[in-house]
Amino acid sequence: MHDDHDKPHDPRLERIRAWLSQARFFAEEVYSSRYRGAIARARRDEDDLFMLLVFSEMMGVPNPAAYYTLELQPLLLERFHDWHKRMGMERSPLDHFKCC
Amino acid sequence: MSAIVLLILGLGGMAAGYFLYSRFIATKIYRLDPDFKTPAHEYEDGVDFVPTNRFILWGHHFTSVAGAAPIVGPAIAVIWGWLPAFLWVVLGTIFFAGVHDFGAIWASVRNKAKSVGALTGDVVGKRARSIFMIVIFLVLLMVNAVFAVVIAGLMMNFSTAVVPVWGAILVALIIGQLIYRRILSLPVVSILGVIALYVLIFIGPAVPVQMPAEVGALSGNAVWILILFGYAAIASLLPVWVLLQPRDYINGLQLFIGLIVLYGSILFLNPTLVAPAINPDVPAGTPSMIPLLFVTIACGAISGFHGLVSSGTTSKQLNKETDARFVGYFGAVGEGMLALAAILAATAGFATFADWQAMYTAFGQGGVNAFVEGGAYMIHNGLGLNEVTAATLLTVMAALFAGTTMDTGLRLQRYIFQEWGEIYNQPWMKKNAPATLLAVGSCLLLAFGAGGADGTGGMIIWPLFGTTNQLLAGLTLLVITVMLVRLRRPMWYTLVPLCFLLVMTIAALLIQLRAFFEQGNYFLLFLDIVVLIAAILVAMECASALKRSREEMAEQQE
Repeated sequence: MHDDHDKPHDPRLERIRAWLSQARFFAEEVYSSRYRGAIARARRDEDDLFMLLVFSEMMGVPNPAAYYTLELQPLLLERFHDWHKRMGMERSPLDHFKCC
Repeated sequence: MSAIVLLILGLGGMAAGYFLYSRFIATKIYRLDPDFKTPAHEYEDGVDFVPTNRFILWGHHFTSVAGAAPIVGPAIAVIWGWLPAFLWVVLGTIFFAGVHDFGAIWASVRNKAKSVGALTGDVVGKRARSIFMIVIFLVLLMVNAVFAVVIAGLMMNFSTAVVPVWGAILVALIIGQLIYRRILSLPVVSILGVIALYVLIFIGPAVPVQMPAEVGALSGNAVWILILFGYAAIASLLPVWVLLQPRDYINGLQLFIGLIVLYGSILFLNPTLVAPAINPDVPAGTPSMIPLLFVTIACGAISGFHGLVSSGTTSKQLNKETDARFVGYFGAVGEGMLALAAILAATAGFATFADWQAMYTAFGQGGVNAFVEGGAYMIHNGLGLNEVTAATLLTVMAALFAGTTMDTGLRLQRYIFQEWGEIYNQPWMKKNAPATLLAVGSCLLLAFGAGGADGTGGMIIWPLFGTTNQLLAGLTLLVITVMLVRLRRPMWYTLVPLCFLLVMTIAALLIQLRAFFEQGNYFLLFLDIVVLIAAILVAMECASALKRSREEMAEQQE
């Protein structure tokens, strides 16, 4: 990248490069935008399962990896509210863990 | 008559429709507002609601709505001669499909990007929404059954396409992985994918795979149908990025290449239309042109399926309201162009009138096979490509479209069964595998129940598919019309197409009812009655909704 700055800019090369990056952007939009929703939902489903694993011990489900998942709990706290709502629970399911 | 003249007349008509009529609709009827905050901006979430460049959105919309149906329908309908099919495709695109697709986007954008199904519930009433669900289910059922029969027929008739069609699935699987794991950039993958597909098309003729006419107790056709449903069931259970997404992308590229090749070959060859303008002696058993023409060509002239796409994904991504005209109306024009190419291939792609007649020996014959053979003849003589390779190319194009539609269709049907499981509290039905089995089972029942155990008669349901598709379009037009009445704007531009569609649909159903009864085909007779009841309910729903809206308006004025 450093070399590029020293070289004099060739406007034609620049134009081609800009055009290529534009083409790439268009192709990617065409490829992804129709399925963005479906893929995001599939990923959310996986994440939801992960949330269940992380918080399982607190809900009385024994989890052999509890020692490790405990560490993750603060990191996932932000998502906790959305998650329990999505799972059909109006309030936090945990007695000692109120979020709303 | 020269095919180029017809081509220019058709394209000219559709261009005039876009530049004049759609402008009038946009400014005077829908009154698009460039400052209106579209749902894509209002609810922007980076997932479903994303403001998208209008050319990209058009590409999407067009490739989602264009498929095998605008090829099969016109290619069957030219049995009445090229003129009726041509007029219905061109006028239908200008005054029906464009207004409908464009209107569905507008209606959805003005109502928080809700789907037409939800809008029917809000604007027309709960009862109409239930009818809508039933009609959607019937459309999906028929489209899956019919497309399986179409692909099976292609596999039997064009054995050179078997390797490329199934090889394309492998190509799509590899492309999906390359992109998902970010191994190569998309432009590179696109070029490699298209090259791989065309290499397959070129080696296809060297390795033909012919299914024997009889396999045990089953016919070859029936075996293909079973294989196709097996494939579609698996494909519809895979995550979308694995197969559906790359397949759709390659199909989209293939669609543009195919259209350019077809139009190019017509321009170079300038073939003569060997088929008559109006066929004076149609084969025995061909039903009356009016009203059957208007349900045989659904996609390409007007199709309810487009309303689902317009209001499902397109409306959530519309950047500016004024883009709706380009995306919706011009999307319909794109589909009209594909239908026009199918008409020209199926009427001008034959050396003599006798050749053409030999293809169209009975109603439902010809169809996509005529498109492939006619198109191959034109490409061979116009562009110099080997005729077998050209036929393979077109077969692959049609089969890939139909296959992707089956994948999507089965997926949607599975969702419907799962929703029913939810509503009627049947936990087993909510699982993926049983719901898919139910979907596949119902489609197989239709594919074999309609035309006997050899599965060759499944094309009988094509006009029935058209009627259900038109009913869906009718419901969307009803939503738009009621909205226009409430806004005190002229309603004739959507009401006239709506009434025309309903009259033709009901007439076609009655004629077919009699035909099925005379043939003793009680399975289809039953299906016809179900669709007929739905059609009558839609008509009554229209009358009552419009009357109610007008009364409300009159009361407000007092």
